[in-house]
Amino acid sequence: MRKLVALVALTAAFGISHAQDKVLRVVPHSNLSILDPVWTTAYMSRNHGYMIYDTLFGTDEKNNIKPQMVESWTESPDHRLWSFKLRKGLEFHDGKPVTSEDVVASLARWGKRDAMGSALMTFVDRMDTPSADTFRIFLREACGFTLEALGKPSSNVPFIMPKRVADTDPFKQIDDYIGSGPYVFKKDEFKPGDKAVYVKFAKYVPRKEAPSGTTGGKNVYVDRVEWNLALRDAQAQVNALQKGEVDIIEALGFDFFENAKKDPNIQIPKYSTVNLQYMARFNHLHKPFDNPKVRQAVLAAFDQKQFLQAQVGVKELYNTCASMFTCGTPYGSPAGSDIQSKSNMKKAQELVKASGYDGTPIVVMKPTDLASIQKLPDVAAQLLRQAGFKVDLQAMDWQTLVGRRAKKDPIDKGGWNMFLTAWQGHDIWNPIANPTMDTRGEASGWFGWGKDDKLLALRAQFMRETDNAQKKKLADAIQTRAFEIGTHVPLGEYSQPMAARKNISGFFITNGNIYWNLKKN
Amino acid sequence: MISFVARRLLATVPVLLIVAVLVFLMLRFAPGDPAAILAGDAASTEQIARIRAELGLDRPILAQFGIWIGNMARGDLGESFYYKMKVATLIGQRLEPTLALATLTILFAIAVAVPLGVVAAWRFGGWFDRALMGFSVLGFSVPVFVLAYVLIYVVSLKLGWLPVQGYQRIAEGFGPFLRHLILPSFTLSVIYIALIARVTRAAVLETLGEDYIRTARAKGLPEFRVLVHHGLANAAVPIVTVIGIGIALLIGGVVVTESVYAIPGLGRLTVDAVLARDFPTIQGVILFFSFVYVLLNLLIDLSYVFLDPRIRY
Repeated sequence: MRKLVALVALTAAFGISHAQDKVLRVVPHSNLSILDPVWTTAYMSRNHGYMIYDTLFGTDEKNNIKPQMVESWTESPDHRLWSFKLRKGLEFHDGKPVTSEDVVASLARWGKRDAMGSALMTFVDRMDTPSADTFRIFLREACGFTLEALGKPSSNVPFIMPKRVADTDPFKQIDDYIGSGPYVFKKDEFKPGDKAVYVKFAKYVPRKEAPSGTTGGKNVYVDRVEWNLALRDAQAQVNALQKGEVDIIEALGFDFFENAKKDPNIQIPKYSTVNLQYMARFNHLHKPFDNPKVRQAVLAAFDQKQFLQAQVGVKELYNTCASMFTCGTPYGSPAGSDIQSKSNMKKAQELVKASGYDGTPIVVMKPTDLASIQKLPDVAAQLLRQAGFKVDLQAMDWQTLVGRRAKKDPIDKGGWNMFLTAWQGHDIWNPIANPTMDTRGEASGWFGWGKDDKLLALRAQFMRETDNAQKKKLADAIQTRAFEIGTHVPLGEYSQPMAARKNISGFFITNGNIYWNLKKN
Repeated sequence: MISFVARRLLATVPVLLIVAVLVFLMLRFAPGDPAAILAGDAASTEQIARIRAELGLDRPILAQFGIWIGNMARGDLGESFYYKMKVATLIGQRLEPTLALATLTILFAIAVAVPLGVVAAWRFGGWFDRALMGFSVLGFSVPVFVLAYVLIYVVSLKLGWLPVQGYQRIAEGFGPFLRHLILPSFTLSVIYIALIARVTRAAVLETLGEDYIRTARAKGLPEFRVLVHHGLANAAVPIVTVIGIGIALLIGGVVVTESVYAIPGLGRLTVDAVLARDFPTIQGVILFFSFVYVLLNLLIDLSYVFLDPRIRY
């Protein structure tokens, strides 16, 4: 009896509990700091957005745009008037109904921040709200990507917020986190760098369809989701998963993949059909990459396999991809890629000689603290040297790189020639979303500032084209031109493994980090 | 004594001011752009410029310094660029884990190291002494993260006795609080055990050669009393000094331990702030640490009065 009492006392004192709770404990891929998913393009903020907000449309696992908050919609024959009706029962976490005014205000704010949203807004003449559950978009001319923009799955996602929140200056962060999504954000429990907590929104009315991508029924089977923001050491994450202290690791390190597969308590769920793509980006403003012939020589030198073997290393997790638009998505195609995919080092060396390269050292920025891409610059430097370039490989932390790549200054004043990065597939899967296709030179949005009027003209045609077959042809033409001028170098694709305890079920193809439909047994 | 304390407290003002200026300048001249980090990977240069203006980073450095120092004078550490929260709130949130870890570590280190050092001095040249010296070398040499991983593997994963990571606030129960801190504290304490034990041994060894020890023994005092009341008590000043230095070093040492054990403390906050170029948070945390250092030194100096009656201020 004494032993029993002692055991009970010990259990109570030391908090040893075997109760089966319904708390899903997740280790996200990074820290959550910014809670406004329209203000930043950070993926963590986007994932936070998916927890608490809903979207008008979504993208399913086969990359089709499907309605989410929208019940039905019509498009005028001239493609200039779009009318949308909202589903019944949509409600914000504060109990107020979602109305068309909330939608229009949210779209207006998103349209000032997102690249695709901004492109859409150049077509929009006005938006109005004939009734509380109906909104209309009037276009100046036909636009070929209206639904793609409204249903875009990655940053910045057009999340629907209450009008009072969406009216916030788009260049200021919101501080009211009321949404109408399947989870409610527990602001009082949020500790940056420690944890973020979401609880089930009991009044959320899921769609009847099965979940797929960011569409379908957002059914919630757990009471709480806790994001462990403090656990960022890769080995410690795996230890915690093995011990059952966490349920899911969003981004399992490649080094731990084989061991995790062998662990009887761990599963590697398939959650994505769209891979991530590595990319080498040129600075088109300065020598030697202001010369398209030099850029072509680099395209010829950069054999994707060498980058993938060095960086990923696990064969089943990577594949070469000759497309600048993610392979396996509607515009993924090898069009125009021969300069890279059918090339070799000998040809690269010939191209370097023929390009008029004057021996200017190429500054390649290498982030030493970002395991997911840190080996790419070493491979790039080696291949560049083999091709006949002089290379200045400069090591720095990622945040220094992020600051430096925004500089247009010449090399001797802190500028740069090349950096390497990775993109989630849906951020580069079409000519509008893919930032490297914005070739307006210094006016263009993304670092590298490529300039090419021909590509811009093709892109403008793509934006206006409403026929899918024609859009595909135009995307091929755009990519062919991008390879001709060498906007950047695609370096192959990889799948980011996720790891979970075996008692977690309900995973589906989300192409992202989404936490509805999951059950904890 | 009171005037000494007042003078020392007043002296903290110029010290903190110098730290403030140095930190401010170092951060402004360090590479990296907080606006680019905040904007996200796909942000345009125009968006980054807008954010830079919003944060006030487009103003001249002198103007930025003026605003910051003005806020500091009013006791406002500013707002984090990254988290949009008051820096003082962030420090407050992270103080408990770091304080708990540091306190438990130093208490554990003192409880183990001082007796070990005394015994080693008492048995100078014997096997215990040599073993302690060997342990000290090991304790100094093994990196904290290596020790942490080994302990986690054995104690948590293989034996299943303690959690592998995390922190439970004391308000959530003393048991879980302690369970989560045992491994990190032990990990971190090893180097301090080595340091304090060596200094204790050396200090006690020196006092054991003094005439008053011989006298105490000649009077027939039990050896325990000789060691503790005469040997250890007279060796207290260097021991307390090294403990004080240890506490100061500990504040830096918690960074690695907090990372490996996923403890959301001030060390982790500092690393995150540096990586994100979150200037207000870095400045706030460093100033806070500086203040703690100054205060600790003052407390150590004051403790000498009680440990050695010959010392007067």
